[in-house]
Amino acid sequence: MTARIGVVTFPGSLDDRDAQRAIRLAGAQPIALWHGDTALRGVDAVILPGGFSYGDYLRGGAIARFAPVMESLVDAARGGLPVLGICNGFQILCESHLLPGALTRNAHLHFRRRAQGLRVENTSSAFTAHFDAGQEIVIPVKNGEGRFVADERTLDELEGEGRVVFRYVDGNPSGAMRDIAGISNAAGNVVGMMPHPEHAVEALTGPSVDGLGLFTSVIAHLGQAAVGAGS
Amino acid sequence: MARVLVDVMLKPEILDPQGEAVANALPRLGVNGITSVRIGKRIELEFEGEPDLDQARAVADALLANPVIETFTLRVDDTAEAAETGEENAA
Repeated sequence: MTARIGVVTFPGSLDDRDAQRAIRLAGAQPIALWHGDTALRGVDAVILPGGFSYGDYLRGGAIARFAPVMESLVDAARGGLPVLGICNGFQILCESHLLPGALTRNAHLHFRRRAQGLRVENTSSAFTAHFDAGQEIVIPVKNGEGRFVADERTLDELEGEGRVVFRYVDGNPSGAMRDIAGISNAAGNVVGMMPHPEHAVEALTGPSVDGLGLFTSVIAHLGQAAVGAGS
Repeated sequence: MARVLVDVMLKPEILDPQGEAVANALPRLGVNGITSVRIGKRIELEFEGEPDLDQARAVADALLANPVIETFTLRVDDTAEAAETGEENAA
């Protein structure tokens, strides 16, 4: 059965259509979810896309956290639903306390958009099984507030538990602590990252097709879960 | 006016590149004695009746400030009276 992967649209989301397209190219069915609706429509996984939800007023993701859809999503994520937050979606996951730390203004104050080298540090999350540990990939970044920060204890905990999923190589675009580009929760079903895998799914428009790996990984993860449930 | 003022600041250990950019501009104004600039937010909450500091604190804690990177302080805005007495009402 085709996996159904939801993409939440908030007022100010920009990359929801790109995320839907990436899901389709990876072989799953994208399902549009609406910020004002608590219904998750029976999806098997959810993408929180990039953009500027609620205008990024106050802080990126701060107001989106209180959207009706987030009530259902936070519960579902705690119950094991795979959730990927990209850029603004990562900010929303941190503001929702599904992931630790916060994203702050880039240390150099510049908005950065470029094809960015990443190293895949964790291949056991719901979104990274199709990569090799240590594999270097290229995914676009585009943000002004992408600097991951957390206190030393939290950073050590993330490193110790292998929850740093992606790390910047070839330069750190934001001044993120310990070059962290993406992290997961302890269970590995919730992943947040600043770079945009949905913009690296076709040779025509992306610097690589490395982003597809996240979407095919979660589809495979869901397939295994279904087989496990059926046996 | 029943108003509560919420000041939100980045924690001291959190880098404030905006503040640094402003600090770096000061010598161009001929100002050299200021060693650090930190930028925060002031949020004004207006209440229908008496200001409810507990409610304001709950709002600040849940939404206005992110405790991972920020701290906040609250005070009732009584500038009309304060102008006469010179007192500040700290909460």
